[in-house]
Amino acid sequence: MATVTTPMLPRRVHNALTDLALVGPATLAMLCLIFVPAVLVAVLSFTDYQFGAKAFNWIGLENYVELFTDRTGKRAVFNTLYYAAIVIPCSMILSLLVAMGVHQVASWNKTCANIFRTSFFLPVAATLVAMATVWEMLLHPTLGLVNIVLDMIGIGGERWLSDRKLVLTTLAAIGVWETVGYNMVLFLAGLASIPRHLYEAAEIDGADRGWERFWTVTWPMLGPTTLFVMVITATRSFRVFETVATLTKGGPAFASDTLVYAMYREGFIYFKAGYASAITMVFFIFVFALTMLKVVVAERKVHYR
Amino acid sequence: MNARTYTSRALTVFFLTIGAAILLLPFFWMVSLSLKTPEEIFSPELTFFPGSFYFDNYIKAFQQVPLHRFLLNGVMVCGGILFFQMMFAVPCAYALAQRQFAGRTIVFGMVLAGLLVPYHVTAVPIFLGLAQLQLLNTYAALVLPFVASVFGIFLFRQFMATLPPDLIDAARVDGLSEMAIVWRIAFPAAWPAATTFAIFSIVAHWNDLFWPMIVISDADLATPPQGILFFRDEESGSDVGPLMAAATVVTTPLVLLFLIAQRWFIQGVTMSGIKG
Repeated sequence: MATVTTPMLPRRVHNALTDLALVGPATLAMLCLIFVPAVLVAVLSFTDYQFGAKAFNWIGLENYVELFTDRTGKRAVFNTLYYAAIVIPCSMILSLLVAMGVHQVASWNKTCANIFRTSFFLPVAATLVAMATVWEMLLHPTLGLVNIVLDMIGIGGERWLSDRKLVLTTLAAIGVWETVGYNMVLFLAGLASIPRHLYEAAEIDGADRGWERFWTVTWPMLGPTTLFVMVITATRSFRVFETVATLTKGGPAFASDTLVYAMYREGFIYFKAGYASAITMVFFIFVFALTMLKVVVAERKVHYR
Repeated sequence: MNARTYTSRALTVFFLTIGAAILLLPFFWMVSLSLKTPEEIFSPELTFFPGSFYFDNYIKAFQQVPLHRFLLNGVMVCGGILFFQMMFAVPCAYALAQRQFAGRTIVFGMVLAGLLVPYHVTAVPIFLGLAQLQLLNTYAALVLPFVASVFGIFLFRQFMATLPPDLIDAARVDGLSEMAIVWRIAFPAAWPAATTFAIFSIVAHWNDLFWPMIVISDADLATPPQGILFFRDEESGSDVGPLMAAATVVTTPLVLLFLIAQRWFIQGVTMSGIKG
């Protein structure tokens, strides 16, 4: 068959040119937008480069030392871990409970289960920045619904977003609100893949109470899904930015500063490219380690998605 | 149905309803506040429903800030990103799935490695590059960094690898060029992957705040979430009604998309778990 577009070229050359036309643009874009910048950020993290400066110095690990010894730097690392430490277990437990409930409802009324699933997933679909401004209203110290209701039942309200001791927990609660629906969907997929006959077998063996069936069948069978959900929730928690930027800007007094927000502030408000690159690298190492854990789990083909 | 089953069902529905009510409360409150008069909002008395539908908040929201402009920017940016992502990803995915060529393993290896890199990681160097090219505060700054979607290449490759080779061979015999096969045979056949990817991409970029905050300071180019922030900071909390109206307007498109195309939506969004 004669080639259509360039009949003069030998077939081998033509094929190579076709491959280049198909793969070349994407490969070049990946290099320019992912791999070269990723290498550059690692290189920059060892410099004191500032945006707009004519020159820079190699300063070795100084940026990293600053991040882990400076009070603000340490805070950002600690706060991110603290935030994740609340969001991961709370979101996972709640979403598993919701998923089991919705799964049970689905066994006798599909429409009802779908309505629940839609409701719980809605926060995932919504624009987080817009919803954060709503949370700001709900949590307003005097006019917010939360404090008014707490007042009515006799518990004093709090300054949820301006109390240094509370602010991170408040942001984590919004993080849980935002991720429960997402994790529920993952757990629902896991629950759907558990064969029914295992429950019947467990019942014959005498595990006829709900919680007995849970510990003998559901929990062990969900193990891989649970690990998968944990890694995804952890990754999402480490990336927390929108709520911080909208509600607290890292304050009060850096009490809600997180890694990605610190990266934004140092890099793009104070223009300290070198220091921001070091923060980026630390963030990257956290996320990379988690992703590798997920890859290892996926490789063993033990999750049920 | 025995009493125990009945009780357990009732309890499940009861607790799920409470949970759903708490989760949906912010949505209800947002719409409710957006329809209340300023007097109602700032009255010490707690009312759940607005006394009347006070649409002035919506009119004010569009008058006080260029809300229509933010929405248009969001559509342009999401549309532009999706268009270029497809232009780059689909041919590459096709070649990876259906052709043998030198370097195939390397390119696919790059795709897999790229999945491990969150887009925050490349922010500093890409910002430097855009500044060098004098592209800060342009649409290009919002679109360009995202045109190489490794997730898109990965998704389309997985799907196109399942296309029957006969289909492709038949098209070659008919004299179609490879580029024509990509767009006229392989791409339509990979429509489910395209839908999933489109939703994934649109949701990610409509909602994104991190990148617009870095490259855009001109309010005329603000994306919807950034517009909400401009609005909020300008009004410093005094104009709650219009702010909630703006929040409702910005949130509605994706919520509608979700309600209309639930299955695709959930698939598209949960797929993002693959990406780091």
